[in-house]
Parts: sequence; C-alpha cells; structure tokens
Amino acid sequence: MSSATNGDLPAIQTLSLSKNFGEFTAVDGVGLYIRPGELFSLLGPNGAGKTTTIKMLCCLLKPTGGTATVMGHDIEKAPLSVKGAIDISPQETAIAERLTAWENLSLMAGINGLEKQAAKKRSGELLEMMGLTGRAKERVKKYSGGMKRRLSIAMALVSDPQVLFLDEPTLGLDPQSRRAIWEYIEQLKGKTTIVLTTHYLEEADALADRVGVIDEGKVVALGTPSELKESISGAQVTVVEAENLTDDALEALRQRYGQVREVDGGVEIEADEVRLFEIEECLRPRGITVQSVFKKQVTLDDVFLQLTGKQLRE
Amino acid sequence: MRSLELAKRNFKEVWRDPLSLGITIALPVVLLVIFQAFGEFEDVFKPTSLAPGIALFGFVMLMFSSAMILSRDRDSALFARLLTAPLRSSDFIAAYSVPYVSVAVIQGVVLFMIGGFFGLGIKGNVGLVFLVLFIMSIFYVGLGMILGSLLAVGPLSGAYSVVLLLTIFGGAWMDLEKIGGAFETVGNAFPFAHSLDAARDVMIDGAGLGAIATDLYWVLGYTAAIVVLALVVFRRKMQE
Repeated sequence: MSSATNGDLPAIQTLSLSKNFGEFTAVDGVGLYIRPGELFSLLGPNGAGKTTTIKMLCCLLKPTGGTATVMGHDIEKAPLSVKGAIDISPQETAIAERLTAWENLSLMAGINGLEKQAAKKRSGELLEMMGLTGRAKERVKKYSGGMKRRLSIAMALVSDPQVLFLDEPTLGLDPQSRRAIWEYIEQLKGKTTIVLTTHYLEEADALADRVGVIDEGKVVALGTPSELKESISGAQVTVVEAENLTDDALEALRQRYGQVREVDGGVEIEADEVRLFEIEECLRPRGITVQSVFKKQVTLDDVFLQLTGKQLRE
Repeated sequence: MRSLELAKRNFKEVWRDPLSLGITIALPVVLLVIFQAFGEFEDVFKPTSLAPGIALFGFVMLMFSSAMILSRDRDSALFARLLTAPLRSSDFIAAYSVPYVSVAVIQGVVLFMIGGFFGLGIKGNVGLVFLVLFIMSIFYVGLGMILGSLLAVGPLSGAYSVVLLLTIFGGAWMDLEKIGGAFETVGNAFPFAHSLDAARDVMIDGAGLGAIATDLYWVLGYTAAIVVLALVVFRRKMQE
C-alpha cells in the first residue's frame, strides 16, 4: 500500500490552514509542504496547535479556513480517499481491551483494507518488534501500561499507510522499546511519509528530515535540524568546568568576555573566541584549577527555546 | 467489507461479556415466567399476550447496551483511530448494530421456545410475528445508535428509563384500549403499541399480513426514520 513515489506531488500540502474554537485560534494560517517519503517533525509546546493540525489532516476536524491535501486528496472534498492513505498513532493508548493483540492488529489491517496474508505477516513482525509475541493471544486487558502502549503503536503501523501520523509515539516507553521504534521508523523513511510530533527533541533531531516549529498556532520555523541549529548559532558558547568559582573569578571572566553564565560545575561563556590560556589567566591567580574547556553543541532544545521562549517539556 | 471487520470486533465485545449477555437473554424469559402467574386474573398476562411486550423489554436492554458501547467508544482514543479508517457513517452504524440485532434474534427465539412450555401459542404465521419483532429490534438498536452518538455514558440510564416507560405504556403489559382517552392516543402515536398489536393479532387471532398492514407501516416508518436519523447524527458527530 505504501508508496513514496508520487512524482512531484506533495504528500501533504496545507495553505493557510486555520482552526478556531469560538474566539480561540488554535491553528493560524499554517502552510506546509511535505514531500513523499519525508519524515517531518512537528514541534511545539503544549497547546501550540500540533494535534489540532494533525486532526484536520486526518479529517477528524473541519478547518475554519484554508485548504489541505493529503496524497493529492482534499481533506474536505475527499475525506474517504484521505483516510484510505493515512493511519495515525494517537497520543493516548488506543486499543480494544477485550481483544487479543492479534485481533487488535487484524482489526486495523481489516478496516484499512489490507489483504489477509499480508496482514498476518506484518502483524507477526510487529508483535516481534514490540516484544509481544509471547502474549499475542492474550486479551490485552491484562497487559501492563507499557505493553498496551507498544501495541497501540503497532496498530498504526500494521496497515502500511502512505502517510503515517505519529503523535508522541514513544511517550512513556522504556528506552529499549523507544530504540526499537526509532529503528522501525528509520526503516520506513523514504517509503512512508511520516509526520511525527514529539516532546523528545533528540528524537526529532535523530529521525527527522525536516522540522517545523509551531507556536500559538503559527509555524515559526521550518528547516532541517542542522539548518535550524545554524540559524540560531550566533556567538559560540564555551563551557568551562571548574569548581569553587569565587565571585572575584566570575567578575574577572565577565570583564574579559562580557556574557558569562554560572552553571552547575562551572560557567558558560558566550563569545566568538575563547582561549584556554585566557581563562587560566583569570582563574589560576585566584587558586582555581580549570578541569576542562569545550565548545557547547547547539541542540534543537536551544532552537526551540530561542524561537518560542519556552522549554518543550514545560 | 471493511465494516464487517469492525462488526467482528463488536461481536467479540458482546460475546466476551458472558454475564451481561446471559442476563440480556435470560431476563425476558424470567419475566415471562413470573408474569404468566398473573394470567388467571388478567388476559394480558397470559404468555401469548405477554410475549411480544416482554420481547420489546429485552430490546430496550439491547438498545441500552448498544448505546453504551458506542458512547464508551466515542470517549476513547480507539474511536479516533477508527474514524481515520476509510469507513462511511453507514459502515459504522452497521458495524455497531448488527451484533445487537443478532442477539435480539437469539433473545426472541429463546423467549418463544421457553414460553412454549408455559402455554405460549401462535395461531397465525410465526414468521410474521418474528418479522414484526425483527423490525422493532432494528428500531431499538437504531435508537441506541442515536443515543450513543449524542450522550455520554452517564445520561444514558436516564434515556433508557424514558424508552422503557414508553414501551411499557405503549401496551407491553396493559391493554391501551381498556385505558382509552389521551393515554391511548399518545400510546398509538409511537410504534410500540402498533408492533404489539400486530404481533398479538397474529399470535392470538391468526391475523395475516393484510390485517396487520397498517400497524406494520407504522413500525416500518418509525424504524426507517430512526435509521436515517442515526446515520445523520453519527455523520455529524464524526467531524466534531
């Protein structure tokens, strides 16, 4: 079912997509162009409009304004065609409790029109990947929270959709399961178009081809993780690890570099060039030993903080 | 048939709750056995008169169960996932209704079979009685779909009580003609009284299709309207 080769057609395109709930604007003129086979990560603080955007693209909410197409189908004019091309792993665990894991996967494969043999093969693979094979014929009511979560994600993958929406897929999972899902998503890249929302910025950094940062319903930045990181790296940040820093030593560093922040176990200096001997000149006469000096890597966390003024995990 | 896949899941939901299923099937029989004891004082309590009303009572229980599963599902993340599948509102309504209509058929067969041991007799065509009751089961489950689409689990018991009262006062175990007046007029404005009249006419007097045609039209009209309304309401709810 899945195919990323769709000529020049975008997998997803939105033009001024908006959604109001009464006076409140949840999504405000969002414009996106997502290529077939691309893994696009939508980042934003809570209430930024990510889930509302995804719900509109999945035909679960009618837009108030603008248009959107998924695999060339208009979300308002051809919702059934859109639904035939997509699948979603919702933020919450979404399973049928009285069914077994096998039956849950068969249900999703069946209602999405996957052929029986293909469904069986794929279900087997997914159960194996999620570590559920041994209990696949047990009713999921008896599963632990983590097992239910893993099954819920597998249910989004079983129908082999052209476009897959993953809304916080690894939230609440143990590192081993998270790693397994990352690997599976890696395998899908290039074949399936994936829209991923996540609170784990390292997840977006590791997996996404491009990232869109959304805040207060608007897209405030768009680019590859490297482009976004480069866009904010003005002055370099140098971390100096040194213990027992005195006020006097901090003052000496400030006089030399200007921007100096005290952090746990040392200081961060924001300056174009910081040399070890200069730091030692400031600290050694005051009896302080420099343990290490290194350049701080800019992360998507820094990008996010600069663009939205918020921490993603707020 | 993608809706069949969803119907299978709903079947399993019903069959894997044996206690509720057992009560749903057994309770009408228990009521028939208890009420028939009053048959020597009042004709309406004789098993043949009583059975159609008891059958409707069983359908009210099914209406409640079908409304419950839909309402509970609507609240769940699973439903959001199901809504992103390429299914029409008619697929959903069919998938949620068919398992309950099937239980209604089993319920009716068990009721009439066990009723036979207590003197329940059918003078006319059995098929005609079952046709009337089958259409009514669709009516009740359709009503369950509307209630389940509109209401949360909490208020459903209130709606259940209202439908139960309408069914009882529609003549389930009382003779509307004897009461007469506004009570009879209001009772006859709903399909309950018409379905009961039709079933009793066939069972007691051996009436044929022609004799019950008017009552049957009432029942069919109401059922068609309820099914259409269920589709419209569900479609609206799909994009909220």
